[in-house]
Amino acid sequence: MSVITPELVREHGVTAEEYERITERLGREPTLTELGIISVMWSEHCSYKSSRFHLKGLPTKGPGILVGPGENAGIVDIGGGWAAAFKIESHNHPSFVEPFQGAATGVGGILRDIFTMGARPIAVLDSLRFGPLDDPQTGAKNRHIVKGVIGGISHYGNCFGVPTVGGECIFEPGYSGNPLVNVFALGVFKHDEIFFGRAEGVGNPVIYVGAKTGRDGIKGASMASEEFSEDSEAKRPNVQVGDPFLEKLLLEACLEAMKTGAVLGIQDMGAAGLTCSTCEMGGRSGAGVEIDLKLVPQREQGMSPYEIMLSESQERMLLVAERGREQEVYDVFHKWGLDAAEIGTVTDGGLLQVKDHGETVALLENSFLTDDAPLYQRPYTEPYRSGPLDGPAVADVDGPGAKAALVKLLASSDLCSKRWIWEQYDYQVRTNTLSGPGADAAVVRVKEAGVSLAMALDGNGRYCSLDAREGAKLAVAEACRNVSVTGGQPLGATNCLNYGNPEKPEIMAQLVAGIEGLGEACAHFGAPITGGNVSLYNETLGKGIYPTPVIGVVGLRPGMEPPQPVDFQAPGRTLLLLGGLLPGSDDQLERRFGSSQYAKVVTGELWGLPPALDLDFEKRVQDATRQIAREGLAESMHDLSDGGLLVAAVESCFGPKRLGARLEIETDLPLYTSSFMKPRRACCSPRRKRTSTPFAGSPNRSASRRCRLAKPSPITASTCG
Amino acid sequence: MKFGVVIFPGSNCDHDALYALESNLGQKSVPIWHQSEDLQGCDAIVLPGGFSYGDYLRCGAIAHFSPVMGAIKRFADGGGLVIGICNGFQVLTEARMLPGALVRNASLHFACKTVLLEAATKDSPFTSECPDRPIAIPIAHGEGSYQADEQTLDTLEREGRVAFRYVDASGAATPQANPNGSARNIAGVLSEGRNVLGMMPHPERAADPALGLTDGRFIFESMIGALSLAR
Repeated sequence: MSVITPELVREHGVTAEEYERITERLGREPTLTELGIISVMWSEHCSYKSSRFHLKGLPTKGPGILVGPGENAGIVDIGGGWAAAFKIESHNHPSFVEPFQGAATGVGGILRDIFTMGARPIAVLDSLRFGPLDDPQTGAKNRHIVKGVIGGISHYGNCFGVPTVGGECIFEPGYSGNPLVNVFALGVFKHDEIFFGRAEGVGNPVIYVGAKTGRDGIKGASMASEEFSEDSEAKRPNVQVGDPFLEKLLLEACLEAMKTGAVLGIQDMGAAGLTCSTCEMGGRSGAGVEIDLKLVPQREQGMSPYEIMLSESQERMLLVAERGREQEVYDVFHKWGLDAAEIGTVTDGGLLQVKDHGETVALLENSFLTDDAPLYQRPYTEPYRSGPLDGPAVADVDGPGAKAALVKLLASSDLCSKRWIWEQYDYQVRTNTLSGPGADAAVVRVKEAGVSLAMALDGNGRYCSLDAREGAKLAVAEACRNVSVTGGQPLGATNCLNYGNPEKPEIMAQLVAGIEGLGEACAHFGAPITGGNVSLYNETLGKGIYPTPVIGVVGLRPGMEPPQPVDFQAPGRTLLLLGGLLPGSDDQLERRFGSSQYAKVVTGELWGLPPALDLDFEKRVQDATRQIAREGLAESMHDLSDGGLLVAAVESCFGPKRLGARLEIETDLPLYTSSFMKPRRACCSPRRKRTSTPFAGSPNRSASRRCRLAKPSPITASTCG
Repeated sequence: MKFGVVIFPGSNCDHDALYALESNLGQKSVPIWHQSEDLQGCDAIVLPGGFSYGDYLRCGAIAHFSPVMGAIKRFADGGGLVIGICNGFQVLTEARMLPGALVRNASLHFACKTVLLEAATKDSPFTSECPDRPIAIPIAHGEGSYQADEQTLDTLEREGRVAFRYVDASGAATPQANPNGSARNIAGVLSEGRNVLGMMPHPERAADPALGLTDGRFIFESMIGALSLAR
């Protein structure tokens, strides 16, 4: 009797070749439960089958790296016997289908990744991409998604009690049918409090804790590995429902249970739920795991083995305890009002054996599901470019024209204040936030270790859509620069690679070039990759997103002083530009202008190339910036980014003191490039206790700032002012 | 002085209150588990912010049934000082230890920002040390709009039981200065005996110079002063 038809195989997203491989290895047909288990473990989301080969090239080692990729989160040393665990993860597909719950469970999932390692989460950042809010066709749907996503993040993070301290939010038409919701979380703990997701010790009990299993989120990982079509709304039942209160209980209970010493290994049930946690815990240690599904706490009646194994019900964990000490674990979970049940044991032989009331319904090798999952070296050509190399001739602007453009830029959705978003997040809870949303980087103190951590998320799909490799490098450079501006020394990085369909060679080429660019830049800035997430098939109706690698960088700051602010502090100060304006000899300037915010907002087009990046020079600028910040030489400091010099200067005027600035730009470059284009590098910084002539005739609230922006300058401050 | 900070399962500002009291104000402070009826001889009780039991029903609705609340009621009836912050304020209204209710913000959004408050009375163990100028303290809530019937509001005002109002920099209680639509810009109220205070803003987030705000200290210092006098 064969229950596995070719249609069923196809519905599971398993190719004919992959199915052949399954029957060959098993020497028989899989059961339905086995097919379900294999299909989720071999999905792009869980197996990284298209990206794994290329990810191997990323730099993952460094002096501060305690745990690299492969665990639930990467871990870096922050000194004093303390460590930080951090990771970024996407929840793009669920957030499109059901924005509120999709985003909420995205936060929940990444928080579990952090506390399953034993760390208490102390910061969340999110990187968001949406379609334009004012588009006549897609605007209404986009606004619905934005509202839901922000509400979901706010709901989950605020209730859980972790501050959402920063992030970014960008609007482009390409994200209309496929928003990006990337959530980063960081937690801290002592070196000797680190836990791993391993099933150790034959005969030890496998214990299920947390929420009961329901029918929600079945095959969510497979959904995240497909393109969307018009009937994607029908996938709403595939989206999980989050309960942040339960997650908070789970956090406290897990950390408390770990302290008993009875817990040997622990892993959260995220994508692919019970399936993933059992075979990965077994796979990492080489042991086997045997469970009986009748013992799994369930909130619905009559669930089949297939449904129980593939459910993605949230707020659940699997742990292995020392035999004889189970009660200590149960006591802790019962104190917090949570279910805890022994559902199986650790065995030898590396097999995953799933029983239902004693009858075996799945018997698979862990390695077949994890390390030996398909690995594809998909063909790739040249990366797809979203715009032509040459664009329209841009007329230079005069004073009034520049002013009008500036106003337009400041009011644009990417550059305007995002206060309306981040005020919905509790960014202060735990009273560690030294610098919160709206700053270049978030800075959170670690009281126990006497240090603080700077964190920034950056990505720029616009740059990557024109040059996948340079764009990825620029994202790393920007995140590292944001961290450096606060005095942080990059320790490590985590990446979320959001791309389209890897089966298209020109999209696969974007991914390959992006990974190479990330690797090169991360190595250069001393920020090894400690883990991350790959989200492919970000396409709806065959139309892909901009390639959008998002990079999260964590930097260490000595001490717990707040960084200097972004906004100007007093009138009469001198304004310095670090790193020079633009390369004098770059003959591609007009092309590079095509990726600027000016081109997007004022001319409404995209063409050319991303800004030039000289990694050596950038690193020198960052080193200087970091030293200035650490020595307290700057009264305020801001990194120059989208919108260029003028936008950065205006942003610095927006503090409570409501100061103004006067810039004198001496350059041969056209005004629009010198003022609005993102420079190769640089940040600007008024220096403490250096005054210049007050700006004659200015209203008294206005400050005078002189900044002579001369030729491409060395990074010493002496050429300015 | 010894402060007790109650921990409900979903409390998440409990650590912050303990840290502010211990490290910023130098007071002994202890956690009190919600299942306990033993207040450990504390001189004052803090009900911290958070989402006590998830607050899916009404904020604080379930918390007031917990064993610790019976003990706290008896403590307050005996004149003990109790301060409920944010979710703690919601719990106190649900427990009928304070009049009125906290409903969803007028904006329908959670709001986290620093607001200005006026201490509307100095005649209380929580406000005696507050200055005449507005004080800056953060709020972080989705359901912080204080509402009560007109008669109750009149009574509160007549008896000087409005502890704090949302004001602008000049000290005026304008609609613009009201972050959540609270009736009469009320940010905090006192019990009849003036020994129980509920307030939506978070003084424990404004007690550490390193975080840039210190006006929350006035409230804790008022409490410490009152407790010292009572000894």
